[in-house]
Amino acid sequence: MTKLIVDGIEVDVPADYTLLQACEQAGAEVPRFCFHERLSIAGNCRMCLVEVKGAPKPVASCAWGVRDCRPGPNGEPPVISTRSPMVKKAREGVMEFLLINHPLDCPICDQGGECDLQDQAMAYGVDSSRFAENKRAVEDKYIGPLVKTQMNRCIQCTRCVRFTTEVAGVADLGAIGRGEDMEITSYLENAMRSELQGNVIDLCPVGALTSKPYAFKARPWELSKTESVDVMDAVGSNIRVDARGREVMRILPRLHEAVNEEWISDKTRFIWDGLKTQRLDRPYVRENGRLRPASWAEAFAAIAARVKSARPERVGFIAGDLASVEEMFALKALADKLGSANIDGRQDGTALDPRFGRASYLFNASIVGIEEADAILLVGTNPRREAPVLNARIRKRWRMGQLQVGVIGENADLTYDTQALGAGAETLAEIASGAHSFAGVLKAAQKPLIVVGQGAISGEGGLAVLSLAAKAALAVGAVKDGWNGFSVLHTAAARVGALDLGLVPGQGGLDAAAMAKAGALDVVFLLGADEIAVEPGAFVVYQGTHGDRGAHRADVILPGAAYTEKAGSYVNTEGRVQLGNRAGFPPGDAREDWAILRALSDVLGARLAFDSLQQLRKALYEAHPHFASIDTVAPADASGLAALAEVGGALPRGPFRGAVEDLYLTNPIARASAVMAECSALAKGAVPLAAE
Amino acid sequence: MSVRRLAAQQPESFAFSPENLAWAQTQIAKFPAGRQASAVIPLLWRAQEQHDYWLPRAAIEYVAKMLDMPVIRVLEVATFYTMFNLSPVGRYFIQLCGTTPCRLRGADDIVAVCKSRIGEQSTVTADGMFSWLEVECLGACCNAPMVQINNDYYEDLTPESFNKLLDDLAAGRPVQKGPQNGRHASEPESAVKTLQDPALYDGSVVGAWKKRFEEEEARARQAAADKEAADRALAAQAAAEPRPGKPDATRPQQAAADTPADRVAAGKAPVAPTERAKAADPAKKLSDKPTSKLKDAKAETGKSDESKG
Repeated sequence: MTKLIVDGIEVDVPADYTLLQACEQAGAEVPRFCFHERLSIAGNCRMCLVEVKGAPKPVASCAWGVRDCRPGPNGEPPVISTRSPMVKKAREGVMEFLLINHPLDCPICDQGGECDLQDQAMAYGVDSSRFAENKRAVEDKYIGPLVKTQMNRCIQCTRCVRFTTEVAGVADLGAIGRGEDMEITSYLENAMRSELQGNVIDLCPVGALTSKPYAFKARPWELSKTESVDVMDAVGSNIRVDARGREVMRILPRLHEAVNEEWISDKTRFIWDGLKTQRLDRPYVRENGRLRPASWAEAFAAIAARVKSARPERVGFIAGDLASVEEMFALKALADKLGSANIDGRQDGTALDPRFGRASYLFNASIVGIEEADAILLVGTNPRREAPVLNARIRKRWRMGQLQVGVIGENADLTYDTQALGAGAETLAEIASGAHSFAGVLKAAQKPLIVVGQGAISGEGGLAVLSLAAKAALAVGAVKDGWNGFSVLHTAAARVGALDLGLVPGQGGLDAAAMAKAGALDVVFLLGADEIAVEPGAFVVYQGTHGDRGAHRADVILPGAAYTEKAGSYVNTEGRVQLGNRAGFPPGDAREDWAILRALSDVLGARLAFDSLQQLRKALYEAHPHFASIDTVAPADASGLAALAEVGGALPRGPFRGAVEDLYLTNPIARASAVMAECSALAKGAVPLAAE
Repeated sequence: MSVRRLAAQQPESFAFSPENLAWAQTQIAKFPAGRQASAVIPLLWRAQEQHDYWLPRAAIEYVAKMLDMPVIRVLEVATFYTMFNLSPVGRYFIQLCGTTPCRLRGADDIVAVCKSRIGEQSTVTADGMFSWLEVECLGACCNAPMVQINNDYYEDLTPESFNKLLDDLAAGRPVQKGPQNGRHASEPESAVKTLQDPALYDGSVVGAWKKRFEEEEARARQAAADKEAADRALAAQAAAEPRPGKPDATRPQQAAADTPADRVAAGKAPVAPTERAKAADPAKKLSDKPTSKLKDAKAETGKSDESKG
C-alpha cells in the first residue's frame, strides 16, 4: 500500500493503482475519455491530467502508476492536485483542442444528453474557441447494421478499437492514417463480426458510434428507465429498458460484476424492434381451420369445453424458453389442480432433471468463477453463440494467461485458443476414464471447469452424456470443497426456473417430446413454447406474445406479455434469482401471463389460490424459499452428482451439435425482429477474410 | 499529408518472389515465436520494393496472412507510414523536400518545375516515368534545395539543373547523384572565407587556449598586487601629512525658503493675497497629462491659425 495526498486528503492505495484510481479513491473527480476500467490504457485523450508536486508538467493520471510517484525530499507522501489552477488550465486546453475538430451538431446528435464530451465540455471547458479555421471532415464508415457512424464527431479515444480487440476478441476495428487524418474504420468497411459489437455504442464517449436502429428515435431525457433482466439467453444480463409511453425504445446494459459486467450481447440490445411486430394483441379461436379474433370469454369457453371433456392424463402443459418463474408456478399449480402429471419446462428435450439435485443442472462454478478456473473443457457447447457475454468472460480468463481450453464438439472460433479434442461422446468417455491426454490437464488444474452444453445433453442419449460428464467431472477432481466445476450452460432464460419449480413430468407423466407426439394428448397447453412442433391431433392452446410457430399451430391463442411488459423472476444459468420489472403494458387485450392462467383456472373450475402478484409470490416463496433471495446464488449441494454419474446408459453416436444454430433467431421475439433478421443474414453470409 | 486510401485500381494478387520470400523468413526469424508481427514493416517495405514501389491491397493481405495478423492491423501500419505508397508511383518517384531550409533556398522553384513537367502531386505522367510528392525534411539541409528520386538524393538544385536532371532521367542518360552544382558534399559552395589562418594548421594553436588563460590569470594577479601596494603608500602618506579639517564642508547648506519672515528680514514686500490666489489658480496648474494639455493647446493654436488664415 502506498500513501498519497490527493487534494489534501491522505489515501492509502495499492501500489499497482494508477493515479486516476487513487484520485477516485480520494473522492476527486477526474474527467476522462479514452480511459475505461475494463480496457487497456491508451492515455491518448489527455483529459485526465493532474498535477503531481515536483513534476514539471501535468501528468496523465490514467497512465501514471502510483508507484512511479516520487516522495518529497524528506520522504513525505507524493502530493497530487486535481483542482489546482494548472490542472484547470490544462483541462481547458485539452478540451479546446478536442473541440477544434468536433462538430457543433449536438442538436442533431443521438448522443445528445448522454454525451461525455458534452458533459465534460460544460464542466471543464471554456465557453469559446479560438479556432477560426475549417474543421476536419471525415467520411462516415459502414461497420455493420447495428452501429451507425458519424466520424466527424470522433475524438480518436480508440475505446472501440480496444473493445473489439480485447473483449470481443475480433480485430475488426482499427485506426488508419495518422495525426489529423487518423480514422477509425473496419477493414475495407466490412461489417463487424462480433456478437458484442453493440457495446461500442455505450463505450463511445461522443456521438461517433450510435445505435443504428435507435437513430433519431428518442432523446434520453424523455425515456422512462426500468431496471430489468434480459431473457435472450440464460446468462440473465442486467439491463435497463428505456421506454417512451409503452413503446420500448432501446435496451442498455446495467452493471453487474458477477453476471454481465457492463456488456450485453447484440441480441439483448437490439431485440426491441421485435417487441413491436407480430404481436398477439387479442385472443383468437380457430374455427373451420381459420383463426378468428375472439373475446377472452370465448377463448376461455373454447378451452374449457375441450379440457372438461378430456381426461386429466390426456391434458399436457409445456412451458417455453422465455417464461418467468411466476407464470410457470401458476402453470404448475393449474396442472396440479387439474390432476395432470403431463408438464414439462424442457421443450428442447434436455436430460436435466431436478431429481439429481440442483447441482446437476446449474452452472455451479458461477460466471464470476470462470475467472478462477485454470482449465476448461467445453462439452457440446459453443458459448459464443449460446451465451456471448459468458464467452467474453472465458476470453477474459484466457487473456489472463495459463489457461487451456479443450472443446468436444463443434470446433468453432470462440475468440480464444482452444484445443479440439474430439467431436462426440466417445472423447468425453476417454476423458472420464483418464485415457485422454486432456484428462491430465484437468487433473493437474486446481479449479478445472467442465461446461456442459445443451447440444450434448438434449435428445436421444442426452442423459447418458450428462451422466458421463458428471463422471468425468468427478474423475478429474472438478468437484471438491469450495469448488464445483461441473457447470451446465443453459440457453433458455426460463429453464433453470422451471427445473427449480419442478416443471418435469410427474408420476406417469409425459415429457415434452412425448406430449408433442400425435395422439398422445387431447389438449396441449403451450406457455410461450414455440420451439416444439406439436403433431396434428391434439387441441393446442398457445399462450404467448408473438404470432410465431406456436401460434400457427394453435387452436386457441391467448395473448400474453413479453418480458418487458411484466414483472417476473428469472433464474440464470448459475442459479441466480433476478427480478425483471415492467417497462410498459402489453398491447391491446394482452395480459400478464400469470393473470391469464389465474382467469383461465376459474373457467376450468380449478381456481388458483391467488388474486394478485403479491399473493402469487407469497405462495411461491412458501413453496420454494430460495426464490425470495433475489440476486443471490445459493451454492448447490453436489452430492447428487455421484448418483447422476452412476446412471450411465448408451451413448449417442456422432458429433455433438450446437444447441444454438442461429444466435439471432432463437426465440419468437428475435424472429419478429427485422434487425435480428439482418444480423442473421449477415452472419450466414459472412465470408471469413482471407487472413483470418 | 492527406487522407491516405488504397488505390482504386488493384492487382488481383500478390506474392513474394522466391528470393524475397526467403529474405522474409529471415526477417521473421529475428523475432521470438509469437512475436512475428514485429516483422511487419520490413516485409511491407520489401513488398513495396517488389511491387514497383507501391503497396496494393493484395500485398497488405499477403503480409497479414504471412505474419498471422488481422488485416486491419497491417492496414494501420501501411497507412500510418507515409513512405508506404498506397497508389502507383512513377518509375522515377520524386520526393521533394518542402521543409523550411529547402523552402528558403528555393524549393518553390523546384515545385514549380514538378508541377509544369509532371503535374499535381501523386499523379503519374502518362508515360509512367515520373510522379512526385512533397515530403518533410530529408535531412540534407546543407545542400538545400534537394529531392530524393527513388533511393538517391539530388541536391543543390536549381530549376535549370533539375530540369536537366529530369531530361537525363527521361532519356536514360547517366546522371550525377548528390550535389548538382559541382560540390563534393556539403563543403562551402564558393570561396573559402573562414578558417583560413595558416596557424590553425601548423600545430601552433595546440595549447593556445590554456596559455591564454594562464597569461590572463597572471596579469590579474599582478594588477591586484599593484593596487594593494598603491593603497598602502597612500595610507602611509596620509598618516605622515595630516590635513586640517573643514567643518563647513560637511554641514548641509540651508535651503533658501520664501517664507514671510525671510522676506521681512531681506527687506522685501510680503506676497499680496491676489498674487497668492493667482498661484492657486487651477487653470494655471500644469496638467497631470501634459500631452492632453498640449493637444488642447495645439488645437487652440490651430483654431487661431485658421481664424487668421
